[in-house]
Formats: sequence, C-alpha cells, structure tokens
Amino acid sequence: MDFDLSDEQRLLKDSVDRLIADQYGFEQRRAYAKKPEGYDPALWSQYAELGLLGLIVPENNGGAGAGPIETMIVMEAFGRGLILEPYFATAVLGGALIRHAASPEQQNALLPKLAEGSLKLAFAQMERQSRYDLADVTTCAAQSGMAWKIDGAKSLVLHGEAADKLLVTARVSGNQHDRDGIGLFVVDAKASGVTRRAYATQDGSRAVEITFDAAPAERLGPTANALPAIERAIDEATAALCAEAVGAMTTAHTMTVDYLKTRKQFGRAIGEFQALQHRAVDMYVHLEQARSMAIFAAMMAGSDDAAERHRAVAAAKSQIGKSGRALAKEAVQLHGGIGVTMEYAVGHYLKRLTGIDMTFGDADWHLADVARAGGLIGTEREPV
Amino acid sequence: MDLQETQDERAFRRELRHFFETEIPADIRKRVAENKHPTKQDMVICQKIMNAHGLAVPAWPADWGGKKWTPVQHYIYLDELQQCHVLPPLQFNVGMVGPVIARFGNNAQRKKFLPATANIDIWWCQGFSEPGSGSDLASLRTAARREGDHYIVNGQKTWTTLAQFADWIFCLCRTDPAAKKQEGISFILIDMKTPGITVRPIQTIDGGYEVNEVFFDEVKVPAENLVGEENKGWDYAKFLLGLERAGIARIGISMARIRRIKAIAAAERSGGRPLIDDPHFREKLASVEIELKALEITMLRVVSEERHRGGGGKPNPASSILKLKGSELYQATTELLLEAVGPLAMAYQPEEDGAGSNQPTIGPDYAAEAAPSFFNNRKVSIYGGSNEIQRNIIAKAILGF
Repeated sequence: MDFDLSDEQRLLKDSVDRLIADQYGFEQRRAYAKKPEGYDPALWSQYAELGLLGLIVPENNGGAGAGPIETMIVMEAFGRGLILEPYFATAVLGGALIRHAASPEQQNALLPKLAEGSLKLAFAQMERQSRYDLADVTTCAAQSGMAWKIDGAKSLVLHGEAADKLLVTARVSGNQHDRDGIGLFVVDAKASGVTRRAYATQDGSRAVEITFDAAPAERLGPTANALPAIERAIDEATAALCAEAVGAMTTAHTMTVDYLKTRKQFGRAIGEFQALQHRAVDMYVHLEQARSMAIFAAMMAGSDDAAERHRAVAAAKSQIGKSGRALAKEAVQLHGGIGVTMEYAVGHYLKRLTGIDMTFGDADWHLADVARAGGLIGTEREPV
Repeated sequence: MDLQETQDERAFRRELRHFFETEIPADIRKRVAENKHPTKQDMVICQKIMNAHGLAVPAWPADWGGKKWTPVQHYIYLDELQQCHVLPPLQFNVGMVGPVIARFGNNAQRKKFLPATANIDIWWCQGFSEPGSGSDLASLRTAARREGDHYIVNGQKTWTTLAQFADWIFCLCRTDPAAKKQEGISFILIDMKTPGITVRPIQTIDGGYEVNEVFFDEVKVPAENLVGEENKGWDYAKFLLGLERAGIARIGISMARIRRIKAIAAAERSGGRPLIDDPHFREKLASVEIELKALEITMLRVVSEERHRGGGGKPNPASSILKLKGSELYQATTELLLEAVGPLAMAYQPEEDGAGSNQPTIGPDYAAEAAPSFFNNRKVSIYGGSNEIQRNIIAKAILGF
C-alpha cells in the first residue's frame, strides 16, 4: 500500500503546477477565452512540447506511455486553472478511445500526430435522446464496399469545432438500445456530409451539434461491437474528470477560506463567525472525500476487470458529482454577492463542477450503477 | 501509487485474521456482530487473550508491551479486529490512561499500573466530564485539596462510561482554584473502592446502562497517585485526547454492519420482493458505501503519510475529518439497519428479557437489536469532543480563527 508519487511523477506535478500558476490566472484565462478558438493555441503547443498531449500515448507512437496516475496529476492542475484548451477531449478521451478501440495500424497513423499536437479530436457520442446511456445510439453506419457512410445526428460534442477528426459512435446493427452492434468510426471533421453548429457551453468550453449525411467514415478496429472498448476509454476519461474536479474544488475551497479570513463585516473577519466556520469545514470534508475517490478511480482505471473498474469509477464519479457541486455552491454562498458575478472567479468553478457532474453520468446515474452492481462491500469478506 | 497491500502486509493481515477467528470465542464475536451490549466478562476475556498473545497494547512503548509496528500494520490490526467482530481492548486502559502513565508517570506508577492495565486486571474509567463542564472541559470544578500525604477530593463527574465495572478512575481535579482555568488542574488516579465514592447509573435511551454519575465526598487519595506534576493535568489531558486513535473512524465496524444490513435486506421483503432489490433502499445503502470507501482511502492516505513523518511533524489535516465523518457514517449504518428491519424494530425487547425467557422473540431474530443500536449510537457524534467541537478544531486549523 503506497500513496507516494514516484520521482518522475513528482517532476511532472511540479511542471504542470508551475504552468498553471504562471499561465492560468483568472485574468489570463479571460484573455484566452476571447481568442477566436476560445482557448490559447500557443498553450496548446506548449502542452505538446512538455509531452502532455502524448502523456498516455505509447512510447512507440511518440508518447510518454504513462497511465491514469499521471493523467490525474495533470488534470488536477488543469482543474485548478479551469483550462480552456481541448486537452480532455483530445489527449485524455480521444487518446483512450484510439488506444482501446483502434487497430495497431490505425494507432500508428493517429497517435503520433496526437502526441505532437497536430491532431485534435472530439468524441461524437451523445444524441438528443440518449442522456447518459452509452448504448442508446440511433446514428447509423452502413458499409458500401470498403467504405462506410454515416447518417444521423450527435449533440453536445465537446470541442467539436476545434477537432480535426471526429470519433463517432454509430449503429451497425440491432435496435436503438442494444449493446451489440455499435461501432466506433473516425470521420474527417471537414468531410462532405458533416455539418457542425458551434456554440459555447455554460462552463466556458465549446461544443457542436453535428449532423452526418452520408459522411464518409473509417471504422476503428476490427469489430462492430465496440461498446466494451468505448466503456473502458470512458472509465479512464471519467477518472481524469474526477481529478479535474478535485483541482477545481481545491481552488474554490482555498478562495473561500481566504475570503473568510479577509472580508470584514460587523468590525471583524467573517471567518470568526461559527456559522461560517462550520460550513467551511464541511466544504473541506467534501474536498478530502472527493480527493480520496479521485485517487481511488485513478488507481482502478487501468484495471482489466471491466466490472471492478467500472464500479470503482462510478463510485468515484458519484462522490465527486455530489461533493463537487455541494462545495462549489457553498463557495458561492460564502462569497456573497461577488460569488454570482462573471467578473469574479469563484462562480466559474461552480459552473465547471456542474459541467463535470453532467459529463458521462451525474451523481445519481452513477449511484444507481453502483447500487445495481451490489455496492462496494461484498456480503462476505474477501480471503487474504 | 499502489492500493494493493504488499506480500508482507498481506501475511500480517492473514496472521491476525487467523488469530482473531480462532482464539477469540465464536459466541462473543457473534454477540458483537448482532450489536448486543458487551458484557464485562466478554470484554475481559477478549483483552486477556489478546494480551497473552502480545496484542492488547501494540501502540504502547515497547518496554511496556508495545509493538514496533508501522502505521500500516497498526491500521491492519484495527481493521481486522473490527471486521472480525472482536471486542477491542478497553479504550480507557489502552488508549488513554496507559499511554499517559507510560509518558508522564513515575517508575513506581508504571510498574504498579501498566501490566495490570494491559491485562485488564485493573478496569479503568474516565473522570473528565462534569455536569457543568462538557465541551468546555477546562471549567471543571471537582476539587482535590492537599492535606499532608493525601488529596481530599470533592465533586461530581458524569457520563462516566462503564464506571459500574471499574476498579480505578483517572480524574481531572482542580488543585489550584486561583489559577487560570487550564493551569490549576491535576491528573489523579483514584481507587473506586475508596470510601466516599458513589456511582449512580444513568439509563440511556436504548434502555441500556453504560454511563454513570460518580460522586466524590471527602474522598481521601494518597498523594502518590498524582500523575506527573501538580497543576499540569491539562497538558496530560490534551496529550490523551490528541493520541492518534486510528480506530476512531470505526470504518471496519461500519463495513461489517453493512454486510449485516445486506443480509437482513435480502431476508426482508417489501412490496413482494426482497428489500435489497428496492432501488431506493439499495441506492441509499450504496451512497453510504461510497462515502465509507472514500473515508477508508482518506484514512489510508493519513496512515501512509504518518509513515514518512515517523511520529514527528504536523499531522495531515485530513486526519481531523476521520472522527467527524467516521461517526456520521457509523450512525448512518445503524439507521439503515433500523430501516432494513422495518416496523418490527419498534418492539422493545431488552436483552435481559431474552436470556432464560421462554417467550419467543417478536419478529425475526435481528429485530431486537436494531432500534437500540440506532438510539444508543447517537452518542458517537457527542462523546470524545462533539462533532461541533471537531468542526471548531478543523476550522482553527484551516482558518486560523
């Protein structure tokens, strides 16, 4: 049992922590958000130079060959900065989908570009009706000769505007809710038959609505039953989101504690009032419980046992969804009026933590998953 | 980072589990699993067996029977003890007065008390709280007046747990009424058989008798029973209250109780199906399991960090949430167990009516324990520094106020 970072992990942590401290102050972030891309392309190049884009890309494809713990370290720092670049969509989620679903040849073609920063990805999975159900897919893919064509529509595709290529789930066979018959396809974002409508999200990111009208596609991997590989990639990505949430929660809590110490009313710091002290403590409990579950998720995200892995990640995401929102709402409340303004940072943490809760299943969705799986504690103790 | 225990840690766990499952009588472990009030005899049997195997006081100094275990080993010991339904060694002995005597007592006191304390030949109770001094403990008024070679003690202690079984009491007494409230207190050991001591039991809302009032009327105590220096007792009390009590989160007991809830909810039927298949109940239970897993990891993080501190330096602030969150989750499991049993839990069936009674129990075997356990365990967020006091302490650490 060991919760220590290795020397290499510590170096990585130092470098991303410094990056966020230097480059991602709240005013700097506002400036990045005003750029045409909605983020800072120069920082994207910096991420590539630091090896962050290829963090989980295997070494033979030009990456660092790292795993969920390293991803956790990076995402926690990025959560503190509320970063705007499509790091999660491309390097975490896109990278995981390609590693778990694509053939070796396809990986060789895509991953080196991802690692060097010349390929941005977006995951076109959600549909208007599907909410968090990954098996609910109506977009379909049909084969004609060697080529595939995709028809349908996808919703809330994160960073779909910046993406060079779209990773699309589409039904090859079966009915709308069947787990079997779902393939994962790669579609050029500028291909004929692809129409994208871009918009901002509540938490400062970008997304697109996409329609596919006989859009040419290439299937990733050999199978038309890609859902298990997709779920594995999403479990990994969800663990990364948990870490991002912990970073955001840490900053929201620190800001609140600082505010309680400095804001004066009735002739004294408001942090001297016990009603507020106890609420700051409850925020701290949420933070530490969330941090523990993010670590748990990262430690389990690489497991080959799909049921164990998913149950752990679902438990973590449920805790994070609940604790993240609870902490962020309190952070806004304890700041008073300034907390609900666009010009002050704390409200943006509430928005991002809300967004994280509503990505790949909210607290209730994952709680139901854990409950259906029989909870976390077996009816008998495991033998040692 | 690795969540798995090492080979050595697993071997250590295996050895302890085997010890607890084979050496501690099965009937005692069954009664613990069923939330029965522990009897004095059961507690003495458990502690004596553990002490005979060198396992009653692992956290004490090695000279007095302690083990030079790593923080992870101490954690595994408690986890196995709790999950095997073993009665832990008496906390007043091994987690409170023992370490105080070992640290601040003189050699004569160590020799006289420590072996007997480890072997529960002396049963200790704690004389801290008073009717007017709960959270504000330093305001205590029980007085010890020096007369020659003796102290004369007058006053009243309350919430004295299991004083009805106790041979000795360790008391905080005011020895200097003129000093500032923290500076006039002494830590004194008193034989419960001394004339002038009266114990009055207080019945708790579950119907049980655990706590008492203890009255002192001109009680004559040899001055050699003072621990450390006169008027320094508050420092020793702070040391005692600050002892790392990894068991304070009671995670292992909560986990064991969740297993029991699952067994009961599988047997109980609601709306024509097993209660465990009711999504609402199942999700309430899962929610507690998730929080408990998070607290378990929090505890492991604290334990892991302790290893690096090696006893020095500032404790991880996360350690402060163990009691707060641990007690809340512990109570949540007692409440879920009550809900799992359902309405028949409301039949009042005291344990003493069970033994020797020819009447069959009302409802299933597990009905009688549920409500008393829920009612009784409201105490865990109140004693040892209420959760509101815990929040004050954590607030001071994070805010500085």
